[in-house]
Amino acid sequence: MLNILWPAFIILSVIYALISGKISELNTEIFNSISNAVELSITFLGTICLWNGIMEIAKKTTLIEKLTRFLRPAINFLFPDLKKNETAKQEISMNMIANILGLGNAATPLGLKAMKTMQKENNKKDTLSDSMMMFIVINTASIQLIPTNVIAIRISLNSSNPTGIIVPVWIATIIAAIAGIVLTKILIKKVK
Amino acid sequence: MTSIINYISNSAVPVVITLIILYGIKEKTKVFDNFLAGAKEGIEIVFKMFPTLVGIFLAVGLLRSSGVIDLIVKIISPITNLLEIPSQIMPLAILRPISGSASMAVAVDIMQNYGVDTLIGIITSTIMGSTETTFYTIAIYTSVVGIKKTRGILIAALAADIAGMVASVVICRILS
Repeated sequence: MLNILWPAFIILSVIYALISGKISELNTEIFNSISNAVELSITFLGTICLWNGIMEIAKKTTLIEKLTRFLRPAINFLFPDLKKNETAKQEISMNMIANILGLGNAATPLGLKAMKTMQKENNKKDTLSDSMMMFIVINTASIQLIPTNVIAIRISLNSSNPTGIIVPVWIATIIAAIAGIVLTKILIKKVK
Repeated sequence: MTSIINYISNSAVPVVITLIILYGIKEKTKVFDNFLAGAKEGIEIVFKMFPTLVGIFLAVGLLRSSGVIDLIVKIISPITNLLEIPSQIMPLAILRPISGSASMAVAVDIMQNYGVDTLIGIITSTIMGSTETTFYTIAIYTSVVGIKKTRGILIAALAADIAGMVASVVICRILS
């Protein structure tokens, strides 16, 4: 995707700047944008190291397995056709917990594993099954306890309250997730 | 109301850190050694991300300084005014589902220009935190099992993103 978008953005900008007479602003911006990238990376270095370290502590305990129990009722509601597929249910809950804790690196491999497990029970191998649809939508909803990346960005921009957005983020995520789940339930019934 | 929300927001990070450390101690793991191992991995993540950030920040910076973003904002402002979404955040709304790094660069750009603690800055942060790179997620999850027919899941996921974005705008307006 970016192999098309990236050159298009740059070429379009330079041509437009030449026409609209903004070429000297554009020239300055080339060097400004690089310092911005460096500044943000330095802040990221701190926050991401801290968070990754804390989450490594969590990974070395049984916390993730314990938390999956709380998800049981939700999993049974969202994935009714998985009934007795315990492996798939376990992988899905591990993926969800990893996402909630912001363990993106751990969440994706678990999610891919869950997809493969669900594919074994899928009758039409070239089409998404009901549970797969629900699983993907939940993964695109970004349910996260601490939005570390946004906090890092806000710190690098000298926000007076970098963590103040946490509760608004929770509310917006939950609304997005509910919308996604409802729409998917409808799609599951209508599109076979 | 706002102060309670602020209190919870500001307690989330220290509480989560403390609970995880306590859990690590309870299960008799080497808490600090594990922390160091994880933090070391964090360095790699940032180093791998750095080249992408340079490239994307350049492209987004050029789009804004040349006036292309202003032009796009002007063109779509009738629609955004109707929905009462600040038109300044529209470049973010469009790029968010497509590319994680590009939307991050746009978000930084918006907050640098309009302030990080202003209404626009807070809406931008909330959108970034509550949505995901939808296209990428769908692509990797379907391709791993070789599935072509997705039964319209992209529409459901994008609609969820839009719901999240509209919700972000409404919540931030109420709280500010």
